[in-house]
Amino acid sequence: MISCTLRMKYKPLFSFLIALFLTFTAYAQGGEQANVGKEGVTAGAVEAQAGGADAALASAGDALFKNNCASCHALDEEVVGPALRGITQKRPEAWLISWIRNSSKMVQSGDKEAVAIFNQYNKQQMPSFAFSDDEIKSILAYIKTAPAGGSTEGGPGAEGGAGVAQATSGDAGEVGKYLDLLLVILVVVLIVMVVTLLIIATVLKNYLNKNRQLAPEDEELVNPKADYMSVLKTPVVKGLAITIFILALLNLSWNKAMSIGIQQNYQPKQPIAFSHKLHAGDHKIDCNYCHTSVYKSKNANIPSANICMNCHSQIKKESPEIKKIYAALENNRPIQWVRIHNLPDLAYFNHSQHTKVGGVECQTCHGPIETMDVVYQYSPLTMGWCINCHRETPLNTQGNAYYDNLVKLHEGQDSKAPFTVVSNGGAECSKCHY
Amino acid sequence: MQESKKYWKGIEELENTPEFAKAAHNEFAEFLPVKETYGSDAAEAEVAPRRDFLKLLGFGLAAATLASCEAPVRKAIPYLNKPEEIEPGIANWYASTYFEGGDYNSVLVKTREGRPIKLEGNPLSGVTKGGLSAKAQASVLSLYDTNRLTAPMMNGKATDWKKVDSEIMSRLTGATGKVVVLSHTIISPTTKKAIAEFGGKFGSFEHVVYDANSASGLLKANDGTVPGYDFSKAKVILSVAADFLGTWISPVEYAKQYIQTRKITKENSDMSRHYQFETNLSLTGSNADVRVAIKPSEEALVVAAIYNKVVGGLNAPAYSNKQLDKAIADLMAARGNALVVAGANDQAVQTMVRAINQALGAEGTTINTNAPSYVRQGDDEQMVRFVREMNGGGIGAVIFYGTNPVYDHPLSADVEAGMKKVGLTISLADRVNETAKLANFICPDHNYLESWNDYMPKKGYMSLAQPTISPLFRTRQAQESLLKWAGNNTSYYDYLKANWAGITGGNAGWDKVVHDGVVENVTLNQEVKTYAPMTTAAVGVALNKSQKAGIELKIYEKVGIGQGGIEANNPWLQELPDPVTKATWDNYVTIPRSMSVDKGIAQNDLVKITAANGKSITLPALIQPGQAKDTVGIAIGYGRKLAGKVADNVGENVYPLATVADNGISYNTTVTIEKAGGEREIAQTQTHHTIMGRIVVQESNLNQYKKDPASVTERITIATPDGPKKPSAVSLWQDYEYKDHHWGMVIDLNSCIGCGSCVVGCNVENNVAVVGKQEVLNRREMHWMRIDRYYSSDATREDGFTAMEEPSDNPTVIFQPMLCQHCNHAPCETVCPVLATTHSTEGLNQMTYNRCVGTRYCANNCPYKVRRFNWFSYPDNEKFTDVNYAQTSDLGRMVLNPDVTVRARGVMEKCSMCVQRIQLGKLEAKKDKRRPVDGEIVTACAQSCPTNAIIFGDMKDPNSQIRKVMEREQGERAFTVLEEINTQPNITYLTKIRNLA
Repeated sequence: MISCTLRMKYKPLFSFLIALFLTFTAYAQGGEQANVGKEGVTAGAVEAQAGGADAALASAGDALFKNNCASCHALDEEVVGPALRGITQKRPEAWLISWIRNSSKMVQSGDKEAVAIFNQYNKQQMPSFAFSDDEIKSILAYIKTAPAGGSTEGGPGAEGGAGVAQATSGDAGEVGKYLDLLLVILVVVLIVMVVTLLIIATVLKNYLNKNRQLAPEDEELVNPKADYMSVLKTPVVKGLAITIFILALLNLSWNKAMSIGIQQNYQPKQPIAFSHKLHAGDHKIDCNYCHTSVYKSKNANIPSANICMNCHSQIKKESPEIKKIYAALENNRPIQWVRIHNLPDLAYFNHSQHTKVGGVECQTCHGPIETMDVVYQYSPLTMGWCINCHRETPLNTQGNAYYDNLVKLHEGQDSKAPFTVVSNGGAECSKCHY
Repeated sequence: MQESKKYWKGIEELENTPEFAKAAHNEFAEFLPVKETYGSDAAEAEVAPRRDFLKLLGFGLAAATLASCEAPVRKAIPYLNKPEEIEPGIANWYASTYFEGGDYNSVLVKTREGRPIKLEGNPLSGVTKGGLSAKAQASVLSLYDTNRLTAPMMNGKATDWKKVDSEIMSRLTGATGKVVVLSHTIISPTTKKAIAEFGGKFGSFEHVVYDANSASGLLKANDGTVPGYDFSKAKVILSVAADFLGTWISPVEYAKQYIQTRKITKENSDMSRHYQFETNLSLTGSNADVRVAIKPSEEALVVAAIYNKVVGGLNAPAYSNKQLDKAIADLMAARGNALVVAGANDQAVQTMVRAINQALGAEGTTINTNAPSYVRQGDDEQMVRFVREMNGGGIGAVIFYGTNPVYDHPLSADVEAGMKKVGLTISLADRVNETAKLANFICPDHNYLESWNDYMPKKGYMSLAQPTISPLFRTRQAQESLLKWAGNNTSYYDYLKANWAGITGGNAGWDKVVHDGVVENVTLNQEVKTYAPMTTAAVGVALNKSQKAGIELKIYEKVGIGQGGIEANNPWLQELPDPVTKATWDNYVTIPRSMSVDKGIAQNDLVKITAANGKSITLPALIQPGQAKDTVGIAIGYGRKLAGKVADNVGENVYPLATVADNGISYNTTVTIEKAGGEREIAQTQTHHTIMGRIVVQESNLNQYKKDPASVTERITIATPDGPKKPSAVSLWQDYEYKDHHWGMVIDLNSCIGCGSCVVGCNVENNVAVVGKQEVLNRREMHWMRIDRYYSSDATREDGFTAMEEPSDNPTVIFQPMLCQHCNHAPCETVCPVLATTHSTEGLNQMTYNRCVGTRYCANNCPYKVRRFNWFSYPDNEKFTDVNYAQTSDLGRMVLNPDVTVRARGVMEKCSMCVQRIQLGKLEAKKDKRRPVDGEIVTACAQSCPTNAIIFGDMKDPNSQIRKVMEREQGERAFTVLEEINTQPNITYLTKIRNLA
């Protein structure tokens, strides 16, 4: 009986405790992520300093390396050309400088080492680079100081990116585990404390009630007359609670219902771990290079495997992800990507209308695609979202003779409203539904 | 006065039968149950059981729950090696050629992602000049026919090419007797070369050619070719039973020429006069200025009468007719610009016609002697002899190339019997048809869209066909099969290219021809059979023999179904209403009204027709205004047994009723007619949407037009306090302001010949569902565009019909393409409760399917009756699996236009003015930073029209053709339909002008 009432009475308290625990955990996890991020940064910085070289020089070299060398060289891996870590120890700086400037000249001049390398790599010539001495030195400085397995890893390829991600999350895991453990212990201790306190309080109260005639003041303290629970039982409070509950439920179901068929943030696993971050972000490959029809057609086509082969017939041939492309080509089985952006069949959308005519950036709808290792759906792709943009976006009429007369007419109206897509009929049904 | 002419759509309306009156008030046949209960107990069907309701309710809940679950994972599968010329989402066009059942069309094939989805006429062709027949429009679906064979067959079992080839080659070498290739007309020089090479391997070989709807008589009288008719030069045209606009020889080519003399303006109001003497009311007869109904046996007499007046000296039975005398006088007056054509498959008649044309000085003007046509080469005599030889056992092997004589030859029974006596029979058909079923081997040919080939339809005009898709199945091009069996392993492409080397020169020349599809002023080896000419005396003898008595049958060809070859299994063509009868999905006996009264035969009554040769056929009767007295007409192309799921057992086969003589086949015969008991409803679309006696079509005559062009069109005024005014002067509505574009259409009723090409073109472009016979009967056809056919006679509205003795004896006919009028004051827009149909800033009446809830208010409020309701989910309802295979089967769906939604059940649909084409055209202009050029954006119907009757364009563009035509015709021929209700349509019609004698 007692235990029953106890439980009844302290139920809110328990709930509170559980909630507290949960919040705390969540907070801890958030903090832990932030920590890891910071740690990653400092670790790199420390290493750079440890290298002893001029950090500024190395960072200039970093950029040069990425832009010029990385398509053929990696630090720790043979790509098209040899792996470069430790190259500064292996060869004298002067030799390296003249090699980078014009390798074929060195080969022709009969430099033994040069000829050996040339033959080793299937007589494939390294292009000449018109760098200044300082620039080459900065590249070498970078090679000397670059962190192992860092984000500056040479060859483009999904595997590299994924590797980095794994490494960092691995570190996070170690620290996280300790924190988790600590938290669990803390919470358990807290619960034990609270429970103990409650038991003590109950026992004391029962003892006082049974064995002592209490003074009225004390009586009031031990068994308070004002029953707070009875307030909760008044119709007003009850009604209020029910109303709030129903409203919350309605709100929830409304939101749920409105999100049916909306796949915002949809981020499926793709058959090949292709990273847009690496290709579009780090290497700054133009979207149009792979999505060839984005300025021409309604579809921004998923690139065919032969486009991958433009580079990957040379680069990163050993990566297991790239090997999947080779396998697809060899077996004549097309790669089945998972479609992320799905418009209903009843809506007609044309990429070229937006990219070529409207001058809309890819990122406007697809989000920061250049930072996505795995692509997700950035925009809700709902009709409201489309229409909203059509309402707000001024028409790209600059230098397009199609619009000349329309712009004149609009300006003639002497209204201050901008000439938006909608003001040119961009919200009419048959512009997208037919 | 022509203003008060009375129009009617059918006998029902003329008589105002109670059924008609009832139906006229019910646009949507509400009494018809949606459930499939036809033929079962109607009372039972009307009850919707409570359990069904609960089931539906439960299902609805479950469906809603399911719908809220995660969206399914969709795949995006790119090419492995993307072909350079293919960009997903962008159409590629290839020039090719359609030649089927004697119908030649130079075409452009639109492909999307490697799939042919639409055909359009090739404007570079000097023969068809960008026109395209309804059959050719629809032929793209035949590529995806679910009944096509997927592999060669040996003795009824699927096998592979290697086995078939070795077996056939060994059996061919061991064949005793003549080896025969049996084909329809082949106009491909290289194919003929391949056949000759094949034949060269055998001691005894013959290439037998016949045509299902033969023109042997014409060939025999004209040195083995079809004369190079040029209707564009003719001032007077007289046709005796030649349906040259619909089915005769080369209708698209002739229609293109014919219409040049029929388009008139105030400045140039010269117009040809067209006389037609015929039995059945044909498409050509419907367009004639003067049409005279004659019996088939009178055809020769009419020609003889003309001959005697123009040339003279023939011993022929006397024949005279007031209109004929007038026609002859006109012909003689227009000497040098006159043309006589005759449809009879009779050497005597055609010999006379040739002499008449020569005497009239037609050769060199209306007949181009330098460009005879080769599209008919069938020799009836040779075929009949071959059938006898087969039965006599003298044939060792037969290869049926593109032919199906067990179905389409009058001697089908003999062919069937003869095939059993031939050691080796090989069919190259693409499906197991009636003949292939009996053959030892079926070696399926590619569809023409998968093939290389060349064509020479006329002397000096050549065209190519190129593959537009990889072969879908394990089929092989027929020519390649023949070459292989002749021991020549070259591919047909190399063979063809080598044969063309003399014309094209190097690769660049070849590429140009492949790109253009056509090349002119060149010829390749084309041997033509020559025949002995017929003497005048022999003609006279033949004439006096041709007297007939009793009821005569005229066997004719339909515009859509043609000769019943590959077209038969094409649902778009089966559902295309016949231009004149407006009937779909069946053939029938057309009978004149007098016969219906005399013999007590009502519409839809089954009648048994027994021909002089003893063969009989039972079909429903259709009362046809304009049918000659004591004659009946039946169309070929129906009654297929093994054509595929669409055509099997639709109608009856009338080929066996044709008369076979030693020297040819006659498509006329004497018959007896009797009621067979029972009835079969004919699915006609004609009276589904009625005009309730309002002014909808307008016509006048040339004299009136020349006198005062403004008087040819009746204008309606409405009474206002300030006197009568144009209806548009008084309006409740605010007018729209069009800043950018204002799309519109002008339809010239003078140019429209009613061929139906636009209807099929619209179906293909806009993914319009095919609904099948029962649903057409239920008045639920889905066509966005229809061609209304009105009969009229000289009865006036004031007179009523009583003044006329028999208005339906020989009515005049007028065609009017009817589609959404895109009203500026659209009655549909105001009644939609959910704003699913709205007006665009470019003048279009937009229909938004995903917003439509199916109240059908809009359709009820539409005065033009052009809105269609989706009563069923046509793409996935199993009831429509067979007829709507373009939407229900995976193979068929490849033909769908990916830019147009396939509509769901419960929504309204209608003509969108091909908004997808408008949007695309605008986008291309925007991409090039310019305004769209007139003619760049064309709707499918305007594009399809072989006579350029439909002009589409931007009425805001001062340089557009439509603007110019409208400015020119304003106040004269231009009118809008139902102007009095002030809907202000964006579609303008031009009054039809007849050149009445």
